[in-house]
Amino acid sequence: MTDLRSPLHDEHVALGAALTSFAGWQMPLRYTSDLAEHTAVRTAAGLFDLSHMGEIEVTGPDAGAFLDRALVGNLTGLRVLGARYTMIVQPDGGVIDDLVVYRTGADAYLVVANASNHDVVLAELRQRAADAAAVVPDVEVSDRSAATALVAVQGPHALAVVEALGGLAVDPDGPADVTPATLRYYSCLPMRFEGRPVLVARTGYTGEDGFEFFVAADGAPALWRALLAAGTEHGVVPAGLSARDSLRLEAGMPLYGNELDRTTTPHDAGLGRVVRLDKVGADGAPVPFVGRDALAARAHATPARVLVGLQGLGRRAARHGYDVVASTAPDAPVVGSVTSGAPSPTLGHPVAMAYVTPEVSAEGTELAVDVRGRREPVRVVPLPFYRRPR
Amino acid sequence: MAADLPTNLQYTAEHEWVDASSPVTVGITAVAADALGDIVFVELPTVGADVTAGAVIGEIESTKSVSELFSPVSGTVVEVNEAVVDDPSLVNTDPYGAGWLLRVDVTSAGPLLSAEEYGALNP
Repeated sequence: MTDLRSPLHDEHVALGAALTSFAGWQMPLRYTSDLAEHTAVRTAAGLFDLSHMGEIEVTGPDAGAFLDRALVGNLTGLRVLGARYTMIVQPDGGVIDDLVVYRTGADAYLVVANASNHDVVLAELRQRAADAAAVVPDVEVSDRSAATALVAVQGPHALAVVEALGGLAVDPDGPADVTPATLRYYSCLPMRFEGRPVLVARTGYTGEDGFEFFVAADGAPALWRALLAAGTEHGVVPAGLSARDSLRLEAGMPLYGNELDRTTTPHDAGLGRVVRLDKVGADGAPVPFVGRDALAARAHATPARVLVGLQGLGRRAARHGYDVVASTAPDAPVVGSVTSGAPSPTLGHPVAMAYVTPEVSAEGTELAVDVRGRREPVRVVPLPFYRRPR
Repeated sequence: MAADLPTNLQYTAEHEWVDASSPVTVGITAVAADALGDIVFVELPTVGADVTAGAVIGEIESTKSVSELFSPVSGTVVEVNEAVVDDPSLVNTDPYGAGWLLRVDVTSAGPLLSAEEYGALNP
């Protein structure tokens, strides 16, 4: 199958990006240097094309009540123009995808899914809407992915870049008292760019302050170029998926397919807080959301495994799929598995996330990772590895 | 890319280069360095080690991935580039010069490719 192309494909080619096939899309892996792009996001700002992400609109008077039944979070409780990190799970509690949901109006939500899961999330939402039609009939699930581009500016200079962006104006129908500068973290704001609608959100996946712009696909190149031009004096550089991955790893953020999959519950990943067993419907009764019974049982069970951070004490980095072992001794038993790992550009030593048995999950526990046949010492450390200075 | 290949070197399909001096100098190509991205760690054999053509003798790690280093020749390692161990980015910035990896006293060479042949494999 031929990979899909971002609406910004020609921009990436013109910038000399190395492209990679990712979740069925041709996307920039890097423009110049993974390390330079990573460092720019930590110290100035990076510009990302995230148009491969899936955007699904859920609208109608029952949209919130429907999402409360379809997802683990409390979406009726989300304020208008708020955003929430949540998940869609199977009846057994296994994670189908992790999502960010924006409430764009009283009866309108934007569900953002991972590119690799866009089709299954869309199909699952439609099926769940059909299954719940007797209870929450007034809901429409619409795929907006092909028509929507997503561009992110991330880094300590992100606000300065956005404020320098000419052509960005308030939406006459939006809130009059909110600007990008006053927009709160995990909130969004409808605005106009060169007269056309753009949803500006203060969200991201790098551990830094930043903004994401949802814009019509055909308007994306103009916005991209304007952000690059406005950002030049603030040190903005285009940044690829390679930097995005090392940034999110340092920030301890899960990646679907690594830390999360259908055999993993939110609780396994240390994200039990996103599961709202306490949410109630208009009638005051608990909402019977998909996965509720399994996750209610899981919430109080002793976990079989725990997601931990590992600091490498040597120089060789653990990678996805490597065994975690009890010590560097050759006969030490396997106690877990690495989900993500890399040399941390910011910290200067290898870092990894891994699922381990609860007995070895305490902070400070010395373990080892089998790095291609040699056991490298690691220590259990708290997540995230990196927290931005405030 | 292929246009930049030094024609005085020979190559392996696994992206090592070897020069014609004695002892030979070994490195990895710009094709390999570019594919890896920013190289942050290089592990090389110790001086005095015997190496065999085609065998793994070290590894090269970037933020994104890791690649094994295969010996293009058989022989004895007489020198390793400590500057590259200290600053692995030399492999990215100057793969055919300051980013060389090791020198080997050769007893026999493995199957090697000309610049033209290697370039044809890596257009």
